[in-house]
Amino acid sequence: MTTEAVVSKRPAGRKLAGLFHGRPRLQVGALLAGPTAWLVVLYLGSLTVLLVTAFWTVDPLSGEVIKGFSVENFESLVNEPVYRDIVWRTVRTAIMVTLTDAVIAFPIAFYMAKVAGRRGKAILVIAVLMPLWSSYLVKVLSWRTMLSQDGIINWALNPLGLHGPGYGLTAVWLVMSYLWLPYMILPIYAGLERIPNSLISASEDLGASPFTTFRRVILPLAFPAVVAGSIFTFSLTLGDFITVRLVSNSQFIGNVIASSITNDLPFAAALALVPIVVMIAYLSVARKLGAFEHI
Amino acid sequence: MRRRDAHPARTAWLIVGGLLAFMLVLAGCGGSSSSSSSGGEELQKLGKGEGQLNLISWAGYVEPEWTKPFEQESGCKVNDKVAGTSDEMVDLMKSGQYDGVSASGNATARLVAANQVDPVNVSLVPNYKTVFPDLKNQPYNTFEGVHYGIPHGRGANLLMWNSNSVKPAPTSWNVMFDPQMAAKYKGKISQYDDPMSIAEAAVYLKFHEPALEIENPYELNEEQFEAAVGLLKEQRPNVGEYWSDAAKQIQAFGSGDDELGTTWQYQYFALQEEGVPVAASPASQGFLPKEGATGWSDTWMISSKAKHPNCMYMWMNYIISPKANAEVAEYFGEAPAQSLACEETANKNFCTEYHADNPAFWKRVYYWETPLAECGNGEENCMDYNDWVKAWTSIKG
Repeated sequence: MTTEAVVSKRPAGRKLAGLFHGRPRLQVGALLAGPTAWLVVLYLGSLTVLLVTAFWTVDPLSGEVIKGFSVENFESLVNEPVYRDIVWRTVRTAIMVTLTDAVIAFPIAFYMAKVAGRRGKAILVIAVLMPLWSSYLVKVLSWRTMLSQDGIINWALNPLGLHGPGYGLTAVWLVMSYLWLPYMILPIYAGLERIPNSLISASEDLGASPFTTFRRVILPLAFPAVVAGSIFTFSLTLGDFITVRLVSNSQFIGNVIASSITNDLPFAAALALVPIVVMIAYLSVARKLGAFEHI
Repeated sequence: MRRRDAHPARTAWLIVGGLLAFMLVLAGCGGSSSSSSSGGEELQKLGKGEGQLNLISWAGYVEPEWTKPFEQESGCKVNDKVAGTSDEMVDLMKSGQYDGVSASGNATARLVAANQVDPVNVSLVPNYKTVFPDLKNQPYNTFEGVHYGIPHGRGANLLMWNSNSVKPAPTSWNVMFDPQMAAKYKGKISQYDDPMSIAEAAVYLKFHEPALEIENPYELNEEQFEAAVGLLKEQRPNVGEYWSDAAKQIQAFGSGDDELGTTWQYQYFALQEEGVPVAASPASQGFLPKEGATGWSDTWMISSKAKHPNCMYMWMNYIISPKANAEVAEYFGEAPAQSLACEETANKNFCTEYHADNPAFWKRVYYWETPLAECGNGEENCMDYNDWVKAWTSIKG
């Protein structure tokens, strides 16, 4: 990765070109100015606005924001047990969805990367990406129909004397695991692709059983990729509220934000900081586990 | 590379710190902006239509059957945005992109307090004269003697049930709120997802727990409030679904996921049309369970930032014109605000059935209001809307 520019030998006719000529730092700076401004102003800027808003309060009648400094919002966040329950429920579901997706995604990704032929691989990649082509809402609403009392799930389970989960947290877990699965498969697939087949052969040559090869060679090498995928599944579950609303009666952090935003914007802002803090903690653990070497 | 990355953390902190300082300065300066937009002026003379009209309404209030004739007559093209809750309406009004809203009583006071709406010059709305007198000058549409809107219609929230599975037909809200009765329909109860449901519980308690001395279900002191919230927390395990948009509830009743719950006439008629066996308190019971019910009296209000005020005035006059008001009332299933509408309804008994001109009936209907800290009796110990919203979150858990 050298940033040493290849300097053109053509005579610099225009002033602008002359200005950049032989100044690699200026070239890089001009190139990065746009994206950096985007990142700093729009991204970090809005986060800062969020942080500042969390310290404001509202007029109870008009719902108008009173700008000042108060830790009231954070106090009620910490003191009211209901918010603790909601945060814990959200995080717990995010963990469960992540684990479920990891368990389902690994064999699929392994088959795609190491077993399937060239054509099979292409077909599988398309199959995994296909659900991402249709709208999120269509998928959730289909699940709502499937999970309903006289939906296809109950219809199929009925002859076995079983009953579907109906609407509720189980349904949320099921739907989210389905929704975010491609985001887990793809990083693992990419991670497994990078493991040279020779390593697997070597392990076998040295007498390791397939299970030992998997445990001692493949899994350690692919683990950072799993963690990378888990960042997607975890953060997407943490932020979702539409699925929760459509297939359950529960509240996640997002639901409380959505219902507070209309009449208590500062409180919604304080709540929105919770997933950010959780994600920062999660990302620092993921970094320790080497997830960022793979994305 | 090493040289340039010497202090990435320090640089990042500098940027964040700088931004923070910048935002704090902005926050400090922004404080005074609200004082400039003081109470608006009412329109003095009606001008020519602006060609467009952007409305926020409840589902079923703005339908092509009566907006098409309006568009032809006035030249104002109607663009409608349907809202599911009053909170959503208040929020949409803050965007300043709409000319008017069909606000219920739990939104009107907030809209006025936030200067989101302008007073209405009722002399520019000729049809206002013949509006039912008990809808005029009410605390939810007139503030300190100033008219802030045109009454649209009113009704009571319904107790609806699936007549195949809920037997005998309920005559009381106890099927929803009595823990033992409600347990019979565990997981099948459909409750409106809005803090206003606390008032529903308060209406029930007003009847069954006289010791609490509840007068107005929207003016609750701490003890009364806790009792209502406690009732809803007990109801929580029996609730199949909290609904906030009509389509979701229609689907849940249609599929049999829910069998019993509070609803609006809109969903009730839609389900009947689909052939779902639903029922609601019959005419013989005065359409109400014995405790009475919460209800609404809606008001068309004009935004203080309306870009098409003339069209909005034309709309307010049109929607309470006898024919249009009859159409919308019959379509939605509510009592019209316009007294002359009773002669225009397709069902000639409509106004009698919906008690349009029967003020005694409405005594048992508690129109949605914005709960304020100030109780009716001049004391300041009532729970305000913020408390209601927070309590609603904790009820749902």
